[in-house]
Amino acid sequence: MMRFSTLIKHPADWMAGGPGEHGAVLTSRIRLARNLNRHPFPGWAKRDQRAAALDLMRPAIEALPAMKGAFSHELGDLTSVQKQVLVERHLISREHAARGDGSAAVIERRQTFSIMLNEEDHLRMQAIRPGLQLSAAFAALSELDTELENSLEFAFDPTLGYLTTCPTNLGTGLRASAMLHLPGLVLSDQIGQVLQAVNKIGLAVRGLYGEGTESLGNLYQISNQSTLGESEETIIRRLERVISQVANHEQNAREKLLQDDPEMVADKIGRAYGVLRFAHIIDSKEALNHLSLLRLGGTIGFFPPETVVLCDTLLMDIQPAHLQLHSGRKLSAEERDSIRAEIVRSRLLSLESPDIRIPANESNTSPDTSNPGDA
Amino acid sequence: MKCDFCDQKATVFLTQLVEGQMKKVCLCDNCAKERGVTDPTGFSLADLLLGGLPGGPGTVPAGQPKAAPGNGKKCVTCGFTLDDLRRVRRFGCSDCYSTFSEEVAQMVRGMHKGTSHLGKVPEGLMAIQFRHQRIEELRSRLDQAIASESYEEAAGIRDEIRTLDEVKI
Ligand SMILES: [Zn+2]
Ligand SMILES: [Zn+2]
Repeated sequence: MMRFSTLIKHPADWMAGGPGEHGAVLTSRIRLARNLNRHPFPGWAKRDQRAAALDLMRPAIEALPAMKGAFSHELGDLTSVQKQVLVERHLISREHAARGDGSAAVIERRQTFSIMLNEEDHLRMQAIRPGLQLSAAFAALSELDTELENSLEFAFDPTLGYLTTCPTNLGTGLRASAMLHLPGLVLSDQIGQVLQAVNKIGLAVRGLYGEGTESLGNLYQISNQSTLGESEETIIRRLERVISQVANHEQNAREKLLQDDPEMVADKIGRAYGVLRFAHIIDSKEALNHLSLLRLGGTIGFFPPETVVLCDTLLMDIQPAHLQLHSGRKLSAEERDSIRAEIVRSRLLSLESPDIRIPANESNTSPDTSNPGDA
Repeated sequence: MKCDFCDQKATVFLTQLVEGQMKKVCLCDNCAKERGVTDPTGFSLADLLLGGLPGGPGTVPAGQPKAAPGNGKKCVTCGFTLDDLRRVRRFGCSDCYSTFSEEVAQMVRGMHKGTSHLGKVPEGLMAIQFRHQRIEELRSRLDQAIASESYEEAAGIRDEIRTLDEVKI
């Protein structure tokens, strides 16, 4: 069976997958909730009933061809840092990490599929893909789900669909989501408007880190809320349409910013580069925000395009549990800030200073900002 | 302070917003372990309440009388009651959905885009049901064959049952 260290040693496939058209969509994620027929749901089951359900599900999942040689462990066997690393990689939920024996996680070698056993539902299955690939992710996960149906009897009702612990997941049991990087919309103050519009059509938006429209690193997640009354295809098609529209807005916002205020953009990205390249103490908030700008620079030609993947990998690796795993011991907040800075500096060592070309001929039309002190 | 689930001294205290209401639960070491609360910050209190004893002191918001006892409806498969449903707004097992079908209809209205499923239907489920049915059929034919002393036919049926049984896992 795969060891934790082997699983984590390599970045997930979806992290190294490279950006889509403009790199506004980092990842696409599909989650399906399934339960065993007539077995009490995990939260209501007694300890031995939970164990019985696990004994039924785990061999069936490990026998899936896609899960050959997968990482498969009961949560009680993992340390809290290991569980936290899995949370930071989006492979298990925070709630699942708080569980112990009687719950398990099975994660495919390349981290594209992960299955939580005895989470809120008996099975929470997930597929992650880089870029905007919700349909592809769903197709792959649905195939896995269909294979499981040969060995497990899922709770299903012709009218209510797949039966779940919480009625908010009834029907398809589907949660489709994408993670978006929207610095252009944030810098141009359009983010609130766009998110509101997305919300209005019944989709959920939240900052990946932080609350509301303010999000550290300008990272946002868009997902469906309704799971009953529409087919998986309808739900996913709507999401994909909305997400590509948001990505388009983001692209337009970036172009407009470069046209209207190139100096502001150059200044922000230049400062972010300076801080990240030379800081010795950096907290996660500051790191996230500067990495976000560096990533933006990678998409608009200030840095080579591979800078985008470099930033995405760093976003993952500078999180607290990843830092603890990296250094092999418990770290104080101060120690984390210096180790974080050290990792960032070493990864950016060969990144040359931004190639900033501010169009000179536009100085007539834009206000003269070269000598702001003279005003 | 005493544990909400037994009479021992509580050492773990959880407060969380559940369905818009502040709920509080106190647990002793044993009960915390039993319920898998190893990290109170990452734990979903709704889950805990779901697995908790009905009407424990911490499970009713302060200053609010306990809900009137339900009409005695109770899921025969898992023992989940209407009171449990009112408390946690979740279900105990798949059969609860037929036990509490009226409540389900009420809860689901307005929660989703529609009220009936339009998505994937498990093929495997049908395969399993079909297999069960087929095995039952074969078993009764086997009994008949044995009763009428057609042993050759009986052997054939037995083989067929064996093949179907092996598909199971
Ligand atoms: Zn106790
Ligand atoms: Zn039930």
